[in-house]
Amino acid sequence: MSSVCFYFQVHQPHRVKKYTVFDVGSDRDYFKDSHNERLDNKKILEKVARKAYLPTTALLYELLKKHPEFKISFSISGTLLEQLEEHLPEVIDSFKRLVATGRVELLNETYYHSLAFIHSKDEFRRQVEHHQRKIDSVFAVKPKVFRNTELIYCNDLSQEIAKMGYSGMLLEGADHVLGWRSPNYIYSAKDNPNLKLLLRNYKLSDDIAFRFSNRHWEEFPLNSSKFADWVSQVNGTGEVVNLFMDFETFGEHHWEDTGIFEFLRTLPRELLKHPDNDFVTPSEAIERYEHRGELDVPDFTSWADIERDLSAWLSNPMQADAMKKLYGLEKKILLSGDERLIEDWRRLQTSDHFYYMCTKWFADGDVHKYFNPYETPYEAFINYMNVIADLKLRLKESSALRTRRKTKLSPK
Amino acid sequence: MAKFGEVFSRVFRQAFGQFKRRSLGKMPKNSSPVVGEKVLMFGWELPPFNSGGLGVACFELARSLTQFGVKVTFVLPQTQAIKIPFLKLLFADQGNLRVKSVKTKLHPYISSKLSKDDLTESEKERYSQELVSEVEGYGRRAVKIAKSEKFDIIHAHDWLSFPAGVEAKRATGKPLIVHVHATEFDRCGGECVDARIYEIEKRGLEAADKIIVVSDFTKRKIIKYYGISADKIEVVHNGLTSLDRKGKASLEAFKKTGYRVVLFLGRMTLQKGPDWFLKAAQKVLRVYPKVLFIMVGTGDMERQVIEEAAQMGISDRVLFTGYVKNEDLSRMYRTADLYVMPSVSEPFGIVALEALSYKTPVIISKQSGVAETVNHALKVDFWDTDEIANKINAILTHPSLRRCLKNYGEAEAKKNNWRKAALKCIGVYRSFASSK
Repeated sequence: MSSVCFYFQVHQPHRVKKYTVFDVGSDRDYFKDSHNERLDNKKILEKVARKAYLPTTALLYELLKKHPEFKISFSISGTLLEQLEEHLPEVIDSFKRLVATGRVELLNETYYHSLAFIHSKDEFRRQVEHHQRKIDSVFAVKPKVFRNTELIYCNDLSQEIAKMGYSGMLLEGADHVLGWRSPNYIYSAKDNPNLKLLLRNYKLSDDIAFRFSNRHWEEFPLNSSKFADWVSQVNGTGEVVNLFMDFETFGEHHWEDTGIFEFLRTLPRELLKHPDNDFVTPSEAIERYEHRGELDVPDFTSWADIERDLSAWLSNPMQADAMKKLYGLEKKILLSGDERLIEDWRRLQTSDHFYYMCTKWFADGDVHKYFNPYETPYEAFINYMNVIADLKLRLKESSALRTRRKTKLSPK
Repeated sequence: MAKFGEVFSRVFRQAFGQFKRRSLGKMPKNSSPVVGEKVLMFGWELPPFNSGGLGVACFELARSLTQFGVKVTFVLPQTQAIKIPFLKLLFADQGNLRVKSVKTKLHPYISSKLSKDDLTESEKERYSQELVSEVEGYGRRAVKIAKSEKFDIIHAHDWLSFPAGVEAKRATGKPLIVHVHATEFDRCGGECVDARIYEIEKRGLEAADKIIVVSDFTKRKIIKYYGISADKIEVVHNGLTSLDRKGKASLEAFKKTGYRVVLFLGRMTLQKGPDWFLKAAQKVLRVYPKVLFIMVGTGDMERQVIEEAAQMGISDRVLFTGYVKNEDLSRMYRTADLYVMPSVSEPFGIVALEALSYKTPVIISKQSGVAETVNHALKVDFWDTDEIANKINAILTHPSLRRCLKNYGEAEAKKNNWRKAALKCIGVYRSFASSK
């Protein structure tokens, strides 16, 4: 038996607008850029919704109706949910309709799609709880499985997640994590047999997510029956095939004219042609299949780049500096009690901001460049740090305000 | 009270001292001959008697070509006391007894030495008229040289030697390559194009069998303003120049007090954007007060820029050094926290590579050729002084940003070498050999 487990990551950051040193102290609206279309969050959201979210959710709904066996899962970041609530509530409705079928599982993550765990476990927990509340209030669902930003994972993190009561977690089926083992089984976290791990089959996942429209790929063009054959080959050597990818794969990374929707439309049918195949959600997978040993992951892994580590967000001095400055403000920001300030600080934690500063592949230009709304990693850093400078200024202003209030209130 | 500026210009003079002549680089040992082409190269100047980047670029390219076994005969218009071990040098004026006194003033950049305060309009006109006729005279004399030399290819650098190249081609029928380091549109910053120079350039470009340009940026100009077809043009980026690297960083005591040094380096002409630099400087000082701006170079805008700094009330933060060479140049690079090249139109911009090779971060104009070859530099529109100031402030404020720009930038700059440029030129030479 091999069960296909689909999970789609749905996320959009609040991109920081063009913000110069001359805006510091005067402009506090960091995330509203209507001049630069690559930084205009509303416009980007509308575009992605039109090209990807709306057609794909409609298609998935159709498929769920047509194939009673079909199942999928999503993780939708808080930063996206609030943008959708503000600008495109119809997208939320389309997700609600999917969830109502009972065959769509929602997962938890950090509300801000952040790297908080690396710098502050307290802040990490707050954001996970924030996301729990959000998913509950929008979808009336309490997720049991957790996925961290960009599938970042290590033993320490699993410890934390086990403590929070989750029964499963997603991570990258990286070679350096698995060694000789197959990603197509369920494993358990080190020292936490009750926390089950689902590992992304990166080969098969990336055949869809990255290679589908690549004309230089020897398997191009990929159709659903060929792909279903590859999945079926796992039969006998594995139990669950985890196909984890960005939801934007459908319609945004691969545009409609690549045939990606046609591929998706026929995929469940083709997979079901093989009698041994079926579908599971992450919770079902960990309930149905025994775990085949413990995974020891002392260092951070992720699903990003060929390195599958933190280097996409944390490999040059600028990224380290920006992160250090941001989390260095944690105590004071939280103490300020200024809700807008706290909210802005948290929006600045979204991993995308650090991804934009990555210089790893800058010279060659590639996937990083494609996903970078700024001209260069340097522009991204400068822009971001100007905002941090303003954040610090606001912090000073608000603490000065508090001292003034205190002195007024205190008896003479 | 001693003026802030006076104090610093004193400190500065102590730090940067006198200027020395550039020494010629040595031949590297690993020169392996791979080709045997003979090239007759026409130039205008060579170091140490060079007034700008053209002479340096010609020298470096010729040297790298000879390292690959190309035999270069380099022709200069006037006799000069230069000896270069790997080049056969010829002087077009030899045997010609008519030496005009104006020759000592000859200079490839008409605008730079001719400040309106030094010369009247009619003198300026006479001067440029004489320069143009000198260039044409160089062309006539080139015929004799071409007829007496043995070579396969003619390679002429910039408009000053285009007529020489064209005449040599006419006399011998050998293929002509013209190499464009700058066009009249760059030199004049887009204003007051000298029609005679434009004509000479156009004739050279049309007569050439192949055109080598220093950037895509220049290629677009040649297509747009001279009506040349794209497939005749080959882009060969300049390389990093071998520098006298002895000069040590200066102004340390001063920098310890928290001051930062931002450098401008280039002729003070419209083309190089010294006025934009100054406008940005004024804006930087509003948000980052402890900065000293050093402006290196001379030119017709020097007085204007000095006066403007005074009017802005920032004279005490802007130092003018005049022309600087060699050891002092490397001192400048090492002292500066950052180099800004706000050129209005820069065909290439070797200075940016030089600065990077000293691990000095750079901000460069998007209107430059060098912007095509380096990623680890901050790029700006020369007119966007808010953005230039924003970026200067960022580099001065964030050590992490400096570190990235320095380390990655240096590595990248070093990849741009003259051997690479020479190999591309050889590729162009070969295209004629194979089409024969």
